[in-house]
Amino acid sequence: MRHIISILLENEPGALSRVVGLFSQRHYNIESLTVAPTEDRTLSRLTITTIGDDRKIEQITKHLNKLIDVVKLVDLTEGAHIERELMLVKVKAAGAQRAEIKRTTDIFRGQIVDVTSTVYSIQLTGTSDKLDSFLDAIGNSSVLEVARTGVTGISRGEKVLSL
Amino acid sequence: MELLSGGEMLIRALHDEGVELLFGYPGGAALHIYDAIFNQDKVEHILVRHEQAATHAADGYARATGRPGVVLVTSGPGATNAITGIATAFMDSIPMVVISGQVDSSLIGSDAFQETDMVGISRPIVKHSFMVQSAEDIPIIVKKAFYIATTGRPGPVVIDVPKDVTDPARKFEYRYPESVKMRSYSVPSKGHTGQIRKAVEILLSAKRPVIYAGGGVIQGNASDLLTRMARILGYPVTNTLMGLGAFPAPDKQFVGMLGMHGTYEANMAMHGSDVVLGIGVRFDDRVTNAVSKFCPGAKILHVDIDPASISKTVSADVPIVGSVTSVLEEMIELIRQSETQIDKKSLDMWWQQIEGWRAKDCLKVTDAGNDVIKPQQAVQAVYEATKGEAYVSSDVGQHQMFAAQYYHFNKPRRWINSGGLGTMGFGFPAAMGVQLAFPDAISVCITGEGSIQMCIQELATCLQYGLPVKIVCLNNQSLGMVKQWQDMQYGGRYSHSTYAESLPDFVKLVEAYGHVGIRVTKLSELSQKMEEAFALKNRLVFVDVYVDPSEHVYPMAIKGGSMKDMYLSKTERT
Repeated sequence: MRHIISILLENEPGALSRVVGLFSQRHYNIESLTVAPTEDRTLSRLTITTIGDDRKIEQITKHLNKLIDVVKLVDLTEGAHIERELMLVKVKAAGAQRAEIKRTTDIFRGQIVDVTSTVYSIQLTGTSDKLDSFLDAIGNSSVLEVARTGVTGISRGEKVLSL
Repeated sequence: MELLSGGEMLIRALHDEGVELLFGYPGGAALHIYDAIFNQDKVEHILVRHEQAATHAADGYARATGRPGVVLVTSGPGATNAITGIATAFMDSIPMVVISGQVDSSLIGSDAFQETDMVGISRPIVKHSFMVQSAEDIPIIVKKAFYIATTGRPGPVVIDVPKDVTDPARKFEYRYPESVKMRSYSVPSKGHTGQIRKAVEILLSAKRPVIYAGGGVIQGNASDLLTRMARILGYPVTNTLMGLGAFPAPDKQFVGMLGMHGTYEANMAMHGSDVVLGIGVRFDDRVTNAVSKFCPGAKILHVDIDPASISKTVSADVPIVGSVTSVLEEMIELIRQSETQIDKKSLDMWWQQIEGWRAKDCLKVTDAGNDVIKPQQAVQAVYEATKGEAYVSSDVGQHQMFAAQYYHFNKPRRWINSGGLGTMGFGFPAAMGVQLAFPDAISVCITGEGSIQMCIQELATCLQYGLPVKIVCLNNQSLGMVKQWQDMQYGGRYSHSTYAESLPDFVKLVEAYGHVGIRVTKLSELSQKMEEAFALKNRLVFVDVYVDPSEHVYPMAIKGGSMKDMYLSKTERT
């Protein structure tokens, strides 16, 4: 099963490499990874999506917790949560295609953020599934380039991940 | 407030941390630190002959004393040579602090001379690491390093120190912190009382219980508590390779070591048990054999300080995270209070069954004939000559297993071996570390002619510091354990495991280093020569014992089976 693990990490040199290293060292899988400092500049927030059965996920969270630089973590998929990913995608848009792509972008509530006579650059936010569906709808043959940020997330309601 | 350079701070901080001994080897990037060592007399530095030996010596010191071992090496090759020893300590959870020199901060990343990314290279095999950015941070980093290395599940910590940070011309105010608190690191102490209560009730209701204790009991200084609890319960106790000495081997409740080369009775008892209490163990693959067939009828109670060790391979029915000391104290108290009575009748029947297994006498040694020495007999001779009172280190292979099986450890911290990583070359430097910690004790390294050659250069270190380590080499003229596997699984094709014609004359070799060498080739001379060797109290003696090269280690687990599946000899299996 796919899990989204959010981590508060000391904003220290090398801290990220300890997390990433743990995954490769123990043969865990990283589907996506996002990281940036939080409102408290001494902390980074890191979000990892990974795939594994309950036993594996338990080991992953235990080993992450053992890393000295990891301050706190939560498996967002254990409860109600919001996940978002941002994608920038460059597609061929010439002739009749232009209107069709514009319409599809609107349906997915994306925005065309750059235009040339033959190319649209589209920005789209949503769950990873939604971004996948958009790419399916546009069709592989039209897609020139894709840049995705990876998933970030937050739990629903009053629960917070903070110190 | 005193003004000190970074190099001086480092050594002063070690002293303030209570460090007496430092094992190391100098080099360019560490020279400011070495100059600071020269100008003081509080921390003694031991010059080894290879950085790997520095880490193993510090490791041996740590295992024997319970205090952290400390290592100082230079950058580049100095640092990479230390890696094997750091990994060894990591796998066995040994507290260690390794200080490595690094090139100037301004040169880092430029492929400078003797530059290597020590923090990166050591990352998967350390509990934590630090790169010092400024000399003013040295006291707090040293404090944190020792705190992390010695608390919770212990392990090695690396401090990488760029040379400019130790510059003698730049002085800073020095104050060593009294305590340290880290928001991202907390040490589990007491276990969950509800869980402990649950475990105690299961334990008391058991019909066929086994207490399975490991290195965590030794690291956690809980051997006395374990022994007390075991005696109250009257249950059989087995120790892992790392746990030998946690429970006194001569005790009748002790059924021997378990696992791949464990005793028949220990492995049969584990397999037949209905409750297994694992304390400070990690259900290692060398213990469990096939996990799916492990202890099919048993409820598993697992006590460990590291939550990640629990249910990693074998799912625990009652997991308890806590220090073994506090959990055992609480268990003993709860056992006393509990109204549940031990089922004496079932326990008696269980012991009868175990005694039946024990009667098989799986470690019985029969003479090879023709005055040939069996390797087991060499270990028995060491046991007799040292009256079971020695600190015994070992390398890795057949001799290691024979030492584990035939030297009956009565006390914790006496058996010093690389259990997790299985590092050849570990034993001799580790024995040096032990000897430095306890100058009047007997420190003996039981080794093989293969392993000893991996750190033999330390004969020079022993001469320099007058360390009367005893080396007993079970010389079977081959890589015995490799050869045993080749016998059993590869049709006797000895691919690169023999070298009889190119072995050095060890007696001459140790004499060249200024020590004493004794060769033993006949069983009839074994005890006498062993006595002679140990009678030379102030000299390093190398006893080169020629043993039967065809001998295998038994019992031996049958791969893919359960714990009851064992070879008992070359011709017999369960």
